Amino acid sequence: MSAMTTPAPENKPYMPDEAAFRRGLAGRHRRGRVWKIFFILSIVMALLSLVALFLNVVNSAAGLIIVEYNVDPADVVPNGDIDAASPEQLAAAIVAYEPNRALVMIRDNLSSVASDQFSTATISQQLGSYTYPESAADKTPRDLTPEERSAILAQNISVDVMKQFIIDEIVGLNVLETYSLYESIFNRAAVEEHFAAEFDQETTRLEFRMWLRPSFLTSGQSSDPVLAGIRTALIGTLWIVAITVLVAFPIGVGAAIYLEEYASLFGNENTLSGKFMKWFNRFIETNVRNLAGVPSIIYGLLGLAIFVRAASDFTSGKFLGVTDSNGRTILSASLTMALLILPVIIINAQEAIRAIQSSIREASYGLGATKWQTIWNQVLPAAMPGILTGTILGMSRAIGETAPLVIVGASTAIFVDPSSPFSSFTALPIQIYQWTARPQAEFRAIAAAAIIVLLVLLLVLNASAIFLRQYFRRKLQA
Amino acid sequence: MTENGAHAFELRGVNIYYGSKKAVEDVNLSIPRQKITAFIGPSGCGKSTVLRSLNRMNDLIPSARIEGGVFFGGQNLYADNVDPVEVRRRIGMVFQKPNPFPKSIYDNVAYGPRLLGVRGKAVLDEIVEHSLKGAFLWDEVRGDLKKSGLALSGGQQQRLCIARTIAVEPEVILMDEPASALDPIATQAIEELMKVLVQRFTIVIVTHNMQQAQRVSDYTAFYSIRKKEEQGGVENRWGVLAEYAPTDRLFSNPASEETERYIRGEFG
Repeated sequence: MSAMTTPAPENKPYMPDEAAFRRGLAGRHRRGRVWKIFFILSIVMALLSLVALFLNVVNSAAGLIIVEYNVDPADVVPNGDIDAASPEQLAAAIVAYEPNRALVMIRDNLSSVASDQFSTATISQQLGSYTYPESAADKTPRDLTPEERSAILAQNISVDVMKQFIIDEIVGLNVLETYSLYESIFNRAAVEEHFAAEFDQETTRLEFRMWLRPSFLTSGQSSDPVLAGIRTALIGTLWIVAITVLVAFPIGVGAAIYLEEYASLFGNENTLSGKFMKWFNRFIETNVRNLAGVPSIIYGLLGLAIFVRAASDFTSGKFLGVTDSNGRTILSASLTMALLILPVIIINAQEAIRAIQSSIREASYGLGATKWQTIWNQVLPAAMPGILTGTILGMSRAIGETAPLVIVGASTAIFVDPSSPFSSFTALPIQIYQWTARPQAEFRAIAAAAIIVLLVLLLVLNASAIFLRQYFRRKLQA
Repeated sequence: MTENGAHAFELRGVNIYYGSKKAVEDVNLSIPRQKITAFIGPSGCGKSTVLRSLNRMNDLIPSARIEGGVFFGGQNLYADNVDPVEVRRRIGMVFQKPNPFPKSIYDNVAYGPRLLGVRGKAVLDEIVEHSLKGAFLWDEVRGDLKKSGLALSGGQQQRLCIARTIAVEPEVILMDEPASALDPIATQAIEELMKVLVQRFTIVIVTHNMQQAQRVSDYTAFYSIRKKEEQGGVENRWGVLAEYAPTDRLFSNPASEETERYIRGEFG
């Protein structure tokens, strides 16, 4: 700066002189640097919060446990590895430890005769369509040898049912104490010392448990945290999100098209009706924006009043002949969620449509396109990336919302997978909320595992929507 | 819309308003068929507004309002029974900034025919080739019709827009400063193209460039600005048609002093 040699013209009295200018300049740069530091700190804070959240969840989702078994798994199946055992090994274990329960399994799952004839009818009479050893054909169930019982189980009962039975009824895994991942790694010595001092080494055992495991995804609800899984909640969430997006996307985009393409072109603003339409449309837009900020629990109340109560014939599926449900169904929850995310989709779609250059519209009209042809061929494809951004935001919200689901009637105990829009349901956030409310540490551990599943689901759905958005964006570029 | 006489357009007492503001006053004009008519004049004189009234493009602006009659082949384009979609299909338009659709070259040209329901690859292929040839673009793009229209240079994009317009076989092509965003070589290409197109189409062009009007047009309409002081010191400005004559005469022997001053470059 000092190299500026042009002779300064006579300074106007209100302009700073050379020295004052330099002082002022230093101050201006300094203020800029302070703000820059503030902005960097904001990002650091955000990142730290994310990392803390992640660590906290992972910390709970795996760790050492002290378990007590009624029977050591190693005695039941080879190596104690129930997941790896063959059907024959599982069946043999069931017959060996619970011979009578093995008969009950045959009766409940396979037998075709009334239960009072079970003990008198022969195997060939009651197991017509199933396979069984020939030697067993003419025997009544009580006369079956252990080998025959086990063969019938191994050939006809699903592996999952047998595994579940062994874990539930024979091994009887009972968690006595749970440790976090941090303690398990960095404080393992103390944990082991505590285990050695306080617990019976014969009947209990210290082992490492990943609470997030394949069986966690595939098992249903249970009051035992070791057995509990999130299958029903996961299916419920997928149903809700799918129907929510199917309902909210077309309605939201349609509303945005109306507001941007039709409402703004209503008549002449000099006439009274034109003025009224303009006011009316502004009124609608303002309220759509306000709706985006309404607390979700209020949407829940709305959904309860409209979908669960008033429209229960529709949402329960009665109009289609479904009789076994009331209005507290997946459909009610989805419609409520659709209302909730509608403003987000409308606002984003409106902005995407508004951002399209008018030259594209003019080009289309100039070639003799009708309004609808212009909207369908030019406006919607060009706005699609922005519309999808809004849909992603809405979808994320629908996955995570809890309050409206509670009010609309997510059930806490669902033992049957939701199979239609008219099923009663539970959802991941509800399940997580319930588990975190329990006092036992094991429930907090499976809640953390469920949170990880929820986050992964969120990422997967968002990633696929972003992929779709990039696809449309690329199509619009040179 | 039947065609009769030597005139494509007859404008009678046309006033155009945006909201309550008058943009153009009392334009009376006959535009001959299969000639190039240029609209010139200073910024804000309403020449683009008049041009856009010729194919009802102003309808897209909610506050725009027109009085008087714009007759095309004897039919008032603003009569109640006239559909603006049909008007625009018969009177095509090329805009100031090249505005190809974000689609392939092929789809850009096929867009108009497809809107009209033309299907069948063989037919569309022929229309695309014919139109691109008509716009002097075929030799440059024939190998790569799948390429995005946006990947072309500015001059090529503008010729693509012209090809797109002639693909629906209009009777008139309106051009709103078609070369103002282009370099001199691309401008020259457009001008040469216009001289060929005029054998098939009626062309009306708005231009800021008086040399361009002189080079290409057969007739020139000069628009000028009228001002009036309203109460409160607000100045109202609107455009009028100041002079309309064969291009040679308008530039060599302008009837009004205002025209003479403008073509000498004293204002505008």
